[in-house]
Amino acid sequence: MALVTPEVIAQVARLARLRLEGPDLTRFTEQLSEILQYVQRLQAVDTERVEPTTHVLPLSNVLRKDEPRPSLPSDTVIALAPAQRPPFVAVPKVIET
Amino acid sequence: MSYEPVIGLEVHLQLSTSTKLFCGCLAKYGAAPNSQTCPVCLGLPGVLPVLNERVMEWGIRVALAVDCQIAQTMKFDRKQYFYPDLPKNYQISQYDRPLAQRGHLDIVADHAPKRIGITRIHLEEDAGKLLHEASQTESYVDFNRTGVPLLEIVSEPDLRSPEEAYQYLIELKAIIEYLAVSTCNMEEGSLRCDTNVSLRRPGASQFGAKVEVKNLNSFKAVKQALAYEIQRQAVALDQGQRIRQETRLWDARALRTEPMRSKEGAADYRYFPEPDLVPFVIDRALIARMKATLPELPAERRRRYQDAYQLSAYDAQVLTQHAALGELFEGALRCGAPPKPAANWIMGDYLAHLNAKNREPESEKLRPEWLAHLIQLVDDGTISGKMAKDLFVQTLERGEDPRRLVEEGGLKQIVDAAALEPIADEVLRKNQRSVEDYLKGKTTAFTHLMGQAMKLSKGKANPQQMAALLKRKLEQVPS
Ligand SMILES: [Zn+2]
Repeated sequence: MALVTPEVIAQVARLARLRLEGPDLTRFTEQLSEILQYVQRLQAVDTERVEPTTHVLPLSNVLRKDEPRPSLPSDTVIALAPAQRPPFVAVPKVIET
Repeated sequence: MSYEPVIGLEVHLQLSTSTKLFCGCLAKYGAAPNSQTCPVCLGLPGVLPVLNERVMEWGIRVALAVDCQIAQTMKFDRKQYFYPDLPKNYQISQYDRPLAQRGHLDIVADHAPKRIGITRIHLEEDAGKLLHEASQTESYVDFNRTGVPLLEIVSEPDLRSPEEAYQYLIELKAIIEYLAVSTCNMEEGSLRCDTNVSLRRPGASQFGAKVEVKNLNSFKAVKQALAYEIQRQAVALDQGQRIRQETRLWDARALRTEPMRSKEGAADYRYFPEPDLVPFVIDRALIARMKATLPELPAERRRRYQDAYQLSAYDAQVLTQHAALGELFEGALRCGAPPKPAANWIMGDYLAHLNAKNREPESEKLRPEWLAHLIQLVDDGTISGKMAKDLFVQTLERGEDPRRLVEEGGLKQIVDAAALEPIADEVLRKNQRSVEDYLKGKTTAFTHLMGQAMKLSKGKANPQQMAALLKRKLEQVPS
């Protein structure tokens, strides 16, 4: 039984900005279904008395003082972007929200 | 038909910590573009965000000030979406385990107190800033704001009018100002506000379709946008139309809301726990420590002003809206000013001056003792109430003690004979002995009388005129 449909795959691809078409869509639908089916085996485990886990490290409250550290130079930063108009990074025109 | 508006508010508050939420970059406003970024806030591979301790402390302070219940454990989540101002392609926020929940804030609506629920307060990082004006084809990005700490404060849909929404914002801003955790400046974006509004028939328990309104740049805009939106929805409902659940933008120039161009499909942020940030157990001792450091808050201060100084509820409300006004008021009192005149000067001439100059009380350098001196000068008759108004303006404009301004001779001499008469009369009446001495031929007695007269006039009498007047009056004294 397929856990995901091609429509779901198309939606996930769109959200991730991936271009998936035709045979790819079918192939990934099958693959992702198989992966999810495998992961579903976890449903068999009895979790009645287990607290939900979001992190596996036995750590909490990792904090730092509100003290400044050096930032990167502006030209280094904007050089990382595909397009720039110093001192800014340039992007295709977007309408404000 | 009549409808009842149901309004909720979402406030985003930039915390004025020295550094960003998860890295040591400065969070300072107004720096050179793209000069305050690092691999952490840019989301470069392999970096590890670490929570700024002060953000947690200040978040707790705000939560306590609005009586929220603080979580025992909080965690962060990733909210994923693509936008050019978001270099990581996700925002670190809090989804199901926020910092605090279930608080409230009291406002006065229609002369009656009203309690507005606060649903939740959570921490998240700000996005960068986009500039659209400079080019037709490109937008420009400044990432300095990326990762600056934000506190999101979400109200319950308990507000029933634009005025109530306005009062809620005024009160919330006052509380935040008292806590000194944000500059609360809407123009600089350190305080932002979105609102949602729906209409329903009075008495109905169901809510109508909710319309979210964004792009509100001032508290006044919130009020105007809500009034517009309520009207728009009422007209639509009267015509039998259905209200679409949507997001609209306020156009401050055209004074109306416009539907936002909707993105394809509903937003799907795919929240999941931020793996790079371990959970936070909020120590009860930390909460107790934060509670102990809470300053007097606006509501408390209002009560105290009414009880201790017999101010009216309205006066107390105005004086406590800005922390700085209350400090000025109490400072003036410490310098000997009586409460009512001090309150009147602040609420009248001072606020009018601030409004005219479009300035905030925090940026004005009126010292409390100057206000006290001004009131003193009126009280002891040195200057008239009318002169005091001019003197106050000069005090503000020149940034000087009104006493000094008076001493420097900033005030006109009294040359009006009618104004000098009572002074001369009083001096003669109070210095019988000198009058007798003078009449017996002791000329030095006149010097004394002259000195008293000048003193009584606070040095403002014209000396020749006063001398002539005294001599004339002395001649008339029956010997
Ligand atoms: Zn940084």
